[in-house]
Amino acid sequence: MSAGRSLLVGLALVAVLALVPVDLTDIGLPYPGLRRYGTYILTLWLVTAIAAMGVNLIVGYAGQETLAQAAFVGIGAYLTAIVTKAGVPFGVAFAASALVTFVVGVLLGFPALRVQKHYLAFVTLAFTVLCWLVFRNEQWLTGGVMGIRDIERPSFLGWPLRNHVRFYWFVLGITSILTFVLWWILRSPWGRAFTALRENPLRAESLGIDVRLYTLVAFALGCAYGGMAGSLYAPLVEFIDPSPFALGPSLLFMLMVVIGGSGTFLGPFVGAGIAVLLPEWLRAWETWYLLIYAVLVMVMMAFFPGGIVGLLSRLLARRGTATGGRP
Amino acid sequence: MADFLQLLISGLATGAIYALAAIGFTLLWQTSQTINFAQGEFVMVPAFLALIAMRWLGLPFVASLVVAVLASMLLLGVAFRYVVVGPLIRRGVLPLVISTIALGILLKEGVKDFYSAEAQSFPTLLPDTLITVAGVSVSLAQLGVLVVAFAVIGGLQWFLAGTRTGRQMQATAQNPTVAQILGVPIERMILYTFLINAVLAAMASILISPIYLAKFSNGETLGLIAFVAAIVGGFNQVRGAIVGGLLIGVLDNLAAAYVSTAYRQAIPLLLLVLVILFRPQGLLGRREERAV
Amino acid sequence: MLRRTLALAALALGGLGATAGNAQEIVIPNIIELSGGGATVGAMWKNGSSMAVEEINAKGGILGKKVKLEFIDTASDPGKARAAVQRALDDKPIAIFGPIYSGSVSATMKLTADAEIPQVMGGEAGPLTAQGSKYIFRTSFGQNVSMPKIANYLRDGVKAKNVAVVFVNNDFGKGGRDAIVKELNARDIKVVADVSTEPGQADFAADVIKVKGTNADAVFVYLNEEESARFLREAKKQGLNKPLIGETTLLGQKVIELAGDAANGVKGHVGLTVDAPLPSVQEFGKKYEAKYKSKPDHNGIKGYIAPYMIKAAAEKAGKLDGKAIAAALHGLTITPDKEPGILIEATFDDTGEIDRISFLGEVKDGKQVITETLPKLKK
Repeated sequence: MSAGRSLLVGLALVAVLALVPVDLTDIGLPYPGLRRYGTYILTLWLVTAIAAMGVNLIVGYAGQETLAQAAFVGIGAYLTAIVTKAGVPFGVAFAASALVTFVVGVLLGFPALRVQKHYLAFVTLAFTVLCWLVFRNEQWLTGGVMGIRDIERPSFLGWPLRNHVRFYWFVLGITSILTFVLWWILRSPWGRAFTALRENPLRAESLGIDVRLYTLVAFALGCAYGGMAGSLYAPLVEFIDPSPFALGPSLLFMLMVVIGGSGTFLGPFVGAGIAVLLPEWLRAWETWYLLIYAVLVMVMMAFFPGGIVGLLSRLLARRGTATGGRP
Repeated sequence: MADFLQLLISGLATGAIYALAAIGFTLLWQTSQTINFAQGEFVMVPAFLALIAMRWLGLPFVASLVVAVLASMLLLGVAFRYVVVGPLIRRGVLPLVISTIALGILLKEGVKDFYSAEAQSFPTLLPDTLITVAGVSVSLAQLGVLVVAFAVIGGLQWFLAGTRTGRQMQATAQNPTVAQILGVPIERMILYTFLINAVLAAMASILISPIYLAKFSNGETLGLIAFVAAIVGGFNQVRGAIVGGLLIGVLDNLAAAYVSTAYRQAIPLLLLVLVILFRPQGLLGRREERAV
Repeated sequence: MLRRTLALAALALGGLGATAGNAQEIVIPNIIELSGGGATVGAMWKNGSSMAVEEINAKGGILGKKVKLEFIDTASDPGKARAAVQRALDDKPIAIFGPIYSGSVSATMKLTADAEIPQVMGGEAGPLTAQGSKYIFRTSFGQNVSMPKIANYLRDGVKAKNVAVVFVNNDFGKGGRDAIVKELNARDIKVVADVSTEPGQADFAADVIKVKGTNADAVFVYLNEEESARFLREAKKQGLNKPLIGETTLLGQKVIELAGDAANGVKGHVGLTVDAPLPSVQEFGKKYEAKYKSKPDHNGIKGYIAPYMIKAAAEKAGKLDGKAIAAALHGLTITPDKEPGILIEATFDDTGEIDRISFLGEVKDGKQVITETLPKLKK
């Protein structure tokens, strides 16, 4: 699909998404919109997708492994919460979160990417638990186990965002921008270098691509996306404590990217969607959702390692060729 | 001084159990490139298999233990090998890693949903009677754990170095292609590794559940410790896993007593990071060549 | 790519539907810990409240309408608790029960206060009733009430001059530790050890050794159920022979079950207990055991009285409206002769704090035995 077409599709999607929670009966359309909780879930999906995009960049495009994304989301969330409570405007906090997590990503990646791939998983795992310990123990800074309460939602150019639909639009806007940035990066020569890295690192190196530099940048950028997601998570939930930033959630980030389709553009959105919506769909079997999720992952890995997006691609392509081939 | 000795003995006792979990993990990685992220859950499940045998089938304790070990060999050995690892290994290592992560979650949630979310007391084979020597109190149960664990490890070492099958397994681990050329039935060797891991995990489970209480979430801590112990000790040597397990057990206790109880988990992890960065082959391992 | 995107979008929107309800019954959501660290606690609450609702419905319900309980698992996670409360509030119930873990209560209080719906919860952290919410109600003492009682007991009953404090590093444990340290300092009792332990911790060897090495006259143990059991067993194993003092949890049924005879000799303050020497409570214990084939603990009682609190308040207010019920509960004293379900006379003040008699107890031969009854704070 050409660049222009992709952009048009993207804009159309954003427009549709913007309307989903809105009650359209006022203008004559039979669509009641979503209540507070539905809008909250939709916003959570977008925030999770940002973090998942980061993991997808590291795992799907640069071919590395990371179990540290939850820690980076945590760093972004705590930084934003602490700083906005001290009176700093949200925009500054958001930028700071992105910058700090990028730098930490570089510092972590620089020594860690030297080691063989699977060791990276363990180093990032250790990093996550260490961060979580700091979040939990340093009560003077992070509120410890009690966490930080009553986090304010920001205002955008003087327009308050406390209302759930407005905050959703704000997050939608930021997500769209971040998605566009990633799309642009992947289409650029940098992006093609990443694909080369993933397919055959030795060959890429022999072609003159500085493997280490590209991998490091991809890693740090992925972590920064995590930090930005965290920065939005804090005002969304209005309360943070260490539990969403522990090892378990980090594992779930990996799983959701792979289920969605690692290395595909839409994969993170699908994966995040499943992670956030599956518990809602399965509400009747509330406590079983993780079990079903795990079985789903195992089945997918065995039969459809391309994830859901990969599966859909194959199905649609097959139907396309059967009818004589169409774009 | 008595305190330090006390911590040392306690640490060695729990460390021996960690070693059992770490050895199995190492063997699987070496022989079949399987990084089993569900190893912690493998150590959690057999205790529940024993509890099921006791409560639902009404068997006496020792018989239930035997049932648990056999069932583990079937489920965590054979079924794991042919249903999970087999189909996935040809997809590459990442899908397999993801699958074992998912398997860990599956086992954990399965026990939580089908058995109970609460901790269960688990009977101990040995009584808790205290023996005091030179100011250090050790319970018979702890001594028993040390004895059993070391017996198992000793037996394994003898098997690997002293029997033909054992040496064939070692050959498969070091270089499967060459081993195959030399006539080693590597498929069978790989199956044996899975069975051995299942037995070691079951033994660890039986030894640790009386202390930890059997709970579906035990796998989280135990798994992490198994990884750390295996890597710190040295991946290409079973001896490495043993040393790693004991070291972590002792270090954890000492850290809690002398450093800070709030950061006790950090010490083994920091050790892990240092080892990976500066001596990735582990304390006892040999430097590996990078495959091209 | 376009078709693929549309297919995905269609799939996703399918998941955002709403639920319907039955207008003839009162639905009360119980947002409690059914897995994770608090699984034991949540399970007890669930059983207790279910039993209470069955009894209430058998006698005609609340103001003529039957009650239905919904149970939602927070997985002992404040974030999930918050999301669950948010969702429950969308349906405008007359009350919300839970959570029981203080951290989760803290994360959800503002939502119920904003929505003006009473939240009857099991958390014991002191600050919960001090934040100005007019919609939060306790079912057991806050640490601000229980800790002074324990400190008094340590000073007058145990006559301890030096105390070692062992606590679990979560909202419950840390809050309790902060409160008891404050009370001990105010009574000139030295805190000679301040040992933090992990939720879910299994190996307590180092912690027991640390305590053994001090000159403490008594050890105050403030952990969750399973960890308490493991600590007691390790203490027995290492021969720690100082008095072990606790608060409700340490002398509770679950801990006695899991710790076996390592629990014998433990003493402490028991805010709420199934072994209270009151016929109503004994009766409750027997009913629970007959129905669920296991003994209840204080969390079962908390869950049991919650529906009765709402019933009493709704009857006083005369209508099934959250705001009115909350207003009616403030300043209300519920007595067992008018409402047997409350088991022990309870008074609720303007902040939602509960005032009741409490007990001192000891574990003897695998059972909790009450040694003294302490009066209400205000008569």
